Amino acid sequence: MTKLIIILLSAVFINNYVLSRFLGICPFLGVSKKLDSATGMSIAVIFVMLMATAVTYPIQMYLLVPNDLGYLQTIVFILVIAALVQLVEIVLKRYIPSLHKSLGVYLPLITTNCAVLGVTILNIDEGYTFLEAMVNSLGSGLGFFLAMVMFSGVRSKIEGADIPKSFKGLPVTLIAASITSLSFLGFGGVIENLFA
Amino acid sequence: MNAILTAVIPVVAIGFICAVVLVAASIIMAVKEDERIPKVRECLPGANCGACGYAGCDGYAKALVEEGVQANLCVPGGAAVAKEISEILGVEAGEVEPKVAVVHCGGDCKSTEDKINYIGIQSCSASKLVFGGKGQCGYGCLGLGDCREACPEDAICIENDLARINTSLCIGCGICAKACPNHLISLVPARRRADVLCSNKDKGAVTRKICSDGCIGCRKCVKVCPKEAIDIVDNHAVVDYEKCVGCGLCAKECPVGCIVKIDN
Repeated sequence: MTKLIIILLSAVFINNYVLSRFLGICPFLGVSKKLDSATGMSIAVIFVMLMATAVTYPIQMYLLVPNDLGYLQTIVFILVIAALVQLVEIVLKRYIPSLHKSLGVYLPLITTNCAVLGVTILNIDEGYTFLEAMVNSLGSGLGFFLAMVMFSGVRSKIEGADIPKSFKGLPVTLIAASITSLSFLGFGGVIENLFA
Repeated sequence: MNAILTAVIPVVAIGFICAVVLVAASIIMAVKEDERIPKVRECLPGANCGACGYAGCDGYAKALVEEGVQANLCVPGGAAVAKEISEILGVEAGEVEPKVAVVHCGGDCKSTEDKINYIGIQSCSASKLVFGGKGQCGYGCLGLGDCREACPEDAICIENDLARINTSLCIGCGICAKACPNHLISLVPARRRADVLCSNKDKGAVTRKICSDGCIGCRKCVKVCPKEAIDIVDNHAVVDYEKCVGCGLCAKECPVGCIVKIDN
């Protein structure tokens, strides 16, 4: 149990996918302008990360490893995740139209999000069990959510600030992102020591 | 050979399974669209100009049927389209104010000069990056025709380094207004009676030096206007089209001739 909590918390804070692994930067910069869309995107990411892990983990363990096809991991995972997201979209559109509408364009966008692929591959590399892998995916999704929500707050402050002309737009956003990322460095080592 | 096969077959198999599942899902779980959407879509002009505020005519048709938005948002289609749509949907048609685009600049090659010899990429947005454009006036028409390229109706031409809009061809979609890096083009009511052809925000003395047609903010038009329809905003005149009655006094009074009377 303690191990699961450690995995969850370190996925959220220490190994935050956006701020310390630098995966999924595209939506992080692209969709973080408004809090609404940032939340929508993050919820879609959490959802897809969990689904993707649930599907790719058995494929790796029961199809690729026994047949010595570990080198096909990347391409198979991409294929499966892309199909999965499309399937989820169709199902949502039919049965939960309200959720489909609120996730909107973000759901298909996640198809090629490297954070999702990263989670599935790192779950395998870390040697997690299925349960641990799912917890790690949840934590990674929550970490993404946290980074997006925090950064949308930062960006709304930047919007109103008086910035030198040459820094306006993306440059100041990147600087802000790096400072946010630095602040997450402070979590390093905290979680392990909590349970030590 | 064997190694290639053992790699290719699983991937193809997984891809095939995914494809079958997706096809099956899209057939089983197909969502029925409201049959009025294609009908409404057919009434719309299909220019996909986005003047209604939705992503193209398809988006507007969907919003009309599902969200019940106003039927009069289509500027190119005008009143006729609004009427057709409201007949299909059974709602009242609103008034459509016909609009046209106007370039608020009169600085052609006779009235203002170039400050640099620009030989870079021939587009306004590129030339704007080099010292704010080749002309003396940093607010004026850059004359390289980004608006002309953007216009879906070929209503814009460039004459003497200045964009001119053929108002009889203009459908009022506003795409040119978005394309202009100096934000010189705006949509105005087609029944307007006067236009100010200058957007220079410099003080009068500065404007005077760089352009013979630039508004110097002398306030003569403001004083002469019987309806108080003109005001000086950011050192240049602005007409309130609601108040303007088209007497033409301002156009006569303007010492630089940057206000023109429009005869409708």
